[in-house]
Amino acid sequence: MSIFDKFADIRNTLAELSANGQNPLEVRFDEINSPVEGMVGGKRVLLFGTSNYLGLTFDADCIEAGVHMLRESGTGTTGSRIANGTYTGHASLESQLANFYGKRTAMVFSTGYQANLGLISALAGREDHLFIDADSHASIYDACRLSSAEVIRFRHNDADDLARRIARLKDKPGCRIIVTEGIYSMLGDTAPLREIAAVKRESGSYLIVDEAHSMGVLGARGRGQCEAAGVEADVDFVVGTFSKSLGAMGGFAVSDLEGFDLLRVAARPYMFTASLPPSIVATVSAALHRIQKDPSLGARVRANGLRLYRGLQKAGFLLGPQPNPVVAVKMPDRECAVTFWKYLLAEGVYLNLALPPATPGSLALLRSSVNAQHTDEQIDCAIAAITRVGVRLGLIKPAAPDPRVNHPEKLALPAE
Amino acid sequence: METVGSQIIEVLSSMISSGVPVSDGTRIARDLGLDSVAIMDFVMELEERFDILIPLDQIADVETIHDLTKAIEAIMKDAA
Repeated sequence: MSIFDKFADIRNTLAELSANGQNPLEVRFDEINSPVEGMVGGKRVLLFGTSNYLGLTFDADCIEAGVHMLRESGTGTTGSRIANGTYTGHASLESQLANFYGKRTAMVFSTGYQANLGLISALAGREDHLFIDADSHASIYDACRLSSAEVIRFRHNDADDLARRIARLKDKPGCRIIVTEGIYSMLGDTAPLREIAAVKRESGSYLIVDEAHSMGVLGARGRGQCEAAGVEADVDFVVGTFSKSLGAMGGFAVSDLEGFDLLRVAARPYMFTASLPPSIVATVSAALHRIQKDPSLGARVRANGLRLYRGLQKAGFLLGPQPNPVVAVKMPDRECAVTFWKYLLAEGVYLNLALPPATPGSLALLRSSVNAQHTDEQIDCAIAAITRVGVRLGLIKPAAPDPRVNHPEKLALPAE
Repeated sequence: METVGSQIIEVLSSMISSGVPVSDGTRIARDLGLDSVAIMDFVMELEERFDILIPLDQIADVETIHDLTKAIEAIMKDAA
């Protein structure tokens, strides 16, 4: 009897994944050279699975701001803001975020995971009810476990189902809190926020939207799906992360509600962890400035997502329901997904293998994400590689031969 | 009249393809190989069938069909 016996299923899965080469869950990069290229096993690969949507990880201004602050303020804060105090950078980043969203207050957390954990677990008390989308991210599920509230799932992106479930509560006391996401990270689909906001208003509920994958990506100003759907005034709390579009690490929540600041001494994942190092805060602040200055970044990542989606759709793959910067290719089963992923890495394209129970509907997925720095040629190269592997594994049919491409000599024939 | 237990078994049988016979003593995760998301999806179907809400924390301690039946009967009694 070992304390690890309970992980027998996980052990078996890992053994299966490690068979015949690289385990997709344990990829080791020799180097990351840019937002779009890295080295694995001494071989250059195109990065199509980083959620680095705006490609700001190597932005010169962000790096300079981080290096400067590292020298000015040291490597870390060595404690929470409750114990070790707030640095100027934390406070100014919160003002900048509040200003960016047009909200009264922002709170910065040490990770995006902790932002959900802290906000949701502190807001939802004993008599309250949380209504979460069935496809919610693990951080939302974990937040629910940490809260004292009753937790009900509603069918993914189904506002009518949400309304029916809230109605079943009848006149039970307590607040109703709806939690949804802007873009869902596995299939890349967006939440129908207009309809969900209507349910929120009619039921007198509160609404939390996690824009982790949509900040900087959707909306004219990059404020996410709330902005794109025109429902910002209905959303009580926006949650987000600095680890995707802002290229660093950390999380945040913003709100217009009076009393929001009380969470600083009520949200345990905010209080009992070290605050972000000043250098990280500086890179995030510089990245946020960049988004505010340059709305073309969002337009570019959306266009790149559309190019990848259309290319794979044309090749005959089954994809997620909407073209967004997250593009998921549905695999027939886990074994095929793993093989596909390995062949694709050998072709020089890195993306994410996503398996149940981390995926909705027990789907095995190849999850790719584009960023604003990918060129058309790189996206076309990825489409071609994915198509070659798809044909090799019999998932799609080869494209009808183009006589000019397959028989270039015909081009040279004199006209009759 | 259908009992709560028989209706649970009916819903569950329609959702699994393993061909494993389902009875009162069946352990939902261990015997049927359902992962955490599949179990939550199953519970969602039961919410529709019985027109109730089954909070996630209330299924945390459920292991067998019998446990689930008791939990749902308690919720229905509470709602009545």
